Amino acid sequence: MELFGIAASLLVMFTGFGLLIGLLFGFFGMGGSFLVTPALLVMGYKTDVAVASGLAFVFGTSVIATLKHRDLGQVDYKLGVLMIAGTTAGIEVGKQGLHLLQDLGLADTVVSVAYVGLLGGIGLFVTRQALKDDGDGGISHDADVDGELNADEIPDIAKTIQSYEAPPMMTLRGGVTVSLWMILAVAFATGLLSGFLGVGGGFIRMPALFYLVGVPVPVAVGTDLFEIVFSGGIGSFLYALDGAVDLVIVAPLLAGSALGARIGAAATSIVDEDEIKVYFGVMLLLGAIAVAVRKIGGVIEMPILDTVALVVIMGAALLVSGAVVYSSIHELRTTSADTDTVTAD
Amino acid sequence: MFGVESLGGWTQAATIIGIVLLEAIVLYVGYGALERLVGSRIIAAIRGDQ
Repeated sequence: MELFGIAASLLVMFTGFGLLIGLLFGFFGMGGSFLVTPALLVMGYKTDVAVASGLAFVFGTSVIATLKHRDLGQVDYKLGVLMIAGTTAGIEVGKQGLHLLQDLGLADTVVSVAYVGLLGGIGLFVTRQALKDDGDGGISHDADVDGELNADEIPDIAKTIQSYEAPPMMTLRGGVTVSLWMILAVAFATGLLSGFLGVGGGFIRMPALFYLVGVPVPVAVGTDLFEIVFSGGIGSFLYALDGAVDLVIVAPLLAGSALGARIGAAATSIVDEDEIKVYFGVMLLLGAIAVAVRKIGGVIEMPILDTVALVVIMGAALLVSGAVVYSSIHELRTTSADTDTVTAD
Repeated sequence: MFGVESLGGWTQAATIIGIVLLEAIVLYVGYGALERLVGSRIIAAIRGDQ
């Protein structure tokens, strides 16, 4: 059976995968799209198609997220425009680097290794923080939007970066003054990653805006979302010029993820994130293992390892999104039962 | 898909980005309306209030 000339099974699979990713993105506010490119690589798509389609998916999800945040006043437009300029240059260099590696036949290996490193590193960090459970070391998203940071709240690295007075200096929301060149450097580095790996770069850029530039967290989040719309759009456009964006992948993924994101966002008001965070860290670690297994399968010529990798990556996403849904339903029913008991008393 | 393959270069790239942008806006509005319409009923059904 076909819809729009595409196998219905493929549409259902991508929509379902999008639902899982959206649920994770909506609940944790990060990381969902991180699984798309590795999953596409594991499914056997060419590296440029996997990266380009992952980037186009990130563009679509960031449009939806930005629409939600636009009224919250969490965007520094001046910083956003500067980030866009630096990121665009970074994406173009990243894209050229990927094409060069593809010509050399090294793209798949380098992107896979980079993914294993990043997914594994972030997975270890999140798992460690969740197991430590000491309430610090993370970035709170509940800070006051308009609050200015006092000196103690500005990370040391940001203080160092702000101390470089290479003109012109820019004053940002939150009373932060930093050199234009430092902003552009941070933007370029994150754009390079976006173009090279097909990710929005938000999981690097948002902490970078806070830890390196020193803007308040809510402004970092809002500006990052605003910036991803443009960097994701420009990155997708540049790849689409080469015909690498596959709408058969992007359209159903986006349809599923937009619904999943609403469910995930609703679940945040029901379930305690800390209870699930350890699963999220484990999921990222499993994602890293899946990409590594697939790569090893390619080297020792064991195609069965491709299937193993696909099962691991899908299973990991299913496990964590299942935990979110189960915890939400359990919490809702428990709350309802408690209310009934109190009423009966 | 959507006949985009027959276009070329900038036109094809702009059409693809336009489709993704349009889909995102339609999904935001559509799912938002759906949530307002049936969201509370689904929560009530899970809680067993019905």
